[in-house]
Amino acid sequence: MVSTTTAPSAPQAPPTLRRATTEPPWVQFLLIGTALAFCVLFLIVPLIAVFSEALAKGVELYFAAFQDPDALAAVGLTLLTAAISVPLNLVFGVAAAWCIAKFDFAGKNFLLTLVDLPFSVSPVIAGVIFVLMFGSQGWFGPWLSDNDIKIIFAVPGIVLATTFVTFPFIARELIPLMQEQGTEQEETALVLGASGWQTFMRITLPNVRWALLYGVILCNARAMGEFGAVSVVSGHIRGLTNTMPLHVEILYNEYNFVAAFAVSSLLAVLALITLLLKSFIEWRIEQQHQE
Amino acid sequence: MTLTLKKYSVLPGFGLSLGYTIFYLSLIVLIPLSTIFFKTATLSWERFWEVVTDPRVIASYQLTFGASLAAALINAVFGLLVAWVLVRYSFPGKRIFDALVDLPFALPTAVAGIALTTLYAPNGWLGQYLDPLGIKVAFTPLGIMIALTFIGFPFVVRTVQPVLQDLEVEVEEAAACLGANRWQTFTRVIFPNLFPPLLTGFTLAFARALGEYGSVVFISGNMPFKTEITSLLIITKLEQYDYAGATAIALVMLVVSFSLIFVINLIQRWSIQRYAK
Repeated sequence: MVSTTTAPSAPQAPPTLRRATTEPPWVQFLLIGTALAFCVLFLIVPLIAVFSEALAKGVELYFAAFQDPDALAAVGLTLLTAAISVPLNLVFGVAAAWCIAKFDFAGKNFLLTLVDLPFSVSPVIAGVIFVLMFGSQGWFGPWLSDNDIKIIFAVPGIVLATTFVTFPFIARELIPLMQEQGTEQEETALVLGASGWQTFMRITLPNVRWALLYGVILCNARAMGEFGAVSVVSGHIRGLTNTMPLHVEILYNEYNFVAAFAVSSLLAVLALITLLLKSFIEWRIEQQHQE
Repeated sequence: MTLTLKKYSVLPGFGLSLGYTIFYLSLIVLIPLSTIFFKTATLSWERFWEVVTDPRVIASYQLTFGASLAAALINAVFGLLVAWVLVRYSFPGKRIFDALVDLPFALPTAVAGIALTTLYAPNGWLGQYLDPLGIKVAFTPLGIMIALTFIGFPFVVRTVQPVLQDLEVEVEEAAACLGANRWQTFTRVIFPNLFPPLLTGFTLAFARALGEYGSVVFISGNMPFKTEITSLLIITKLEQYDYAGATAIALVMLVVSFSLIFVINLIQRWSIQRYAK
């Protein structure tokens, strides 16, 4: 942030000079006011609406929404999906960051582009591709139905689609940081006799721990909240293949608004916790930089 | 790995990590994504053209592009403003607002969708004031635009903010010393530096809006030819077991979003070259 204060020891200085690199107070006021009005209208009001609609018919109905076994199954499935896809993408993220950031090889930039690819694929298409692979008309469809394995309209499809959508999150946080940190510390450790694994565990991992956590948090938020991709592959079977966002959709379309917003409020709390942790980690990284 | 392709390094684990990266990338991303191309290839060229230029599909492109473009433009203006205010001024609650900018990334799109629909419905908190004025938001293209503005908001702020933070105040001082007024300093000194990130943020928000589904599907009302976005049309075709048709439209969208990513890379290369001078 740019400091706008000047030393009060020069009261004779004309006020126009003091404002050379900032705007007059009324302009500042106007800009802050407009920006905040936009934020309130587009960010805060929708957030408040979620909680207010969830509690519109009283606290009892709000909590009743969570006693519905289908809602509990949806919470369970969402947690299960995140518990599988986040670790998968974590292992991938570390492996990808290690080879891309620590080594120089031909085709590196191309590989980097491919890692980012899922971000530019729209969620619905992310669902479609798994239907084309494992659906009844898909590549492996006949084989899967012969062997009585269900992937589409079942949990494996949901996990696959979620993993695809959250694929780059952790790699993308680690790669720039590890590139910036270079390889000197690892080389020193190796020269001093550490094994490759020791070097990784004691040098590399501690160096990137905050960025790693940052990536995991973002990845987890998206994994729990994904709607489009999961919607295509889930089949919307209540109590079996409904994640929380899909359960919200079903309740909303049944005009059961209190229950829909009650489940939404859980997801909104998750989003707020994500933002809180994210700010905390950003603050930690900033502090580490200053040390 | 041959030595000519890879620079020598004492660090271990290159083969393992690269091998695993390529294996996992192929399994989760490349092979599934290739199905789009193979499935579309089963259509004849005439049939493909017929599917992707069907009047209902064309109407959905127009709506999706129009609403996404409008939303990205709104985000460019207000994103720049919010980034400016967050970097340059101090006011109470600034840290909270700064953190809240990322809310659209963290809040599941379905939740955003039902919240916005409820707010802008004719009897909603905001809709009740707009309805008497004849402004209908829910179940119209305007509603789609609002949902897309919400989900694309963080992009512009988060691309402009770091550049604005790194801008040196000396340059502005020099401009002021040379007699420029504040507006001239902004338009001729500050803004040219902010333009590349602004363009990047705009394109990212636009690309995200083109593919958005969760937040739009609730507020749009999904009427064919009027408020049906392309993503929804793909799902509709899938539900009718028209896999080839769904895939053909998906291919069109995929090509458009890859082209946008290419444009973003060009912008970034161009801005790096500009700074190098």
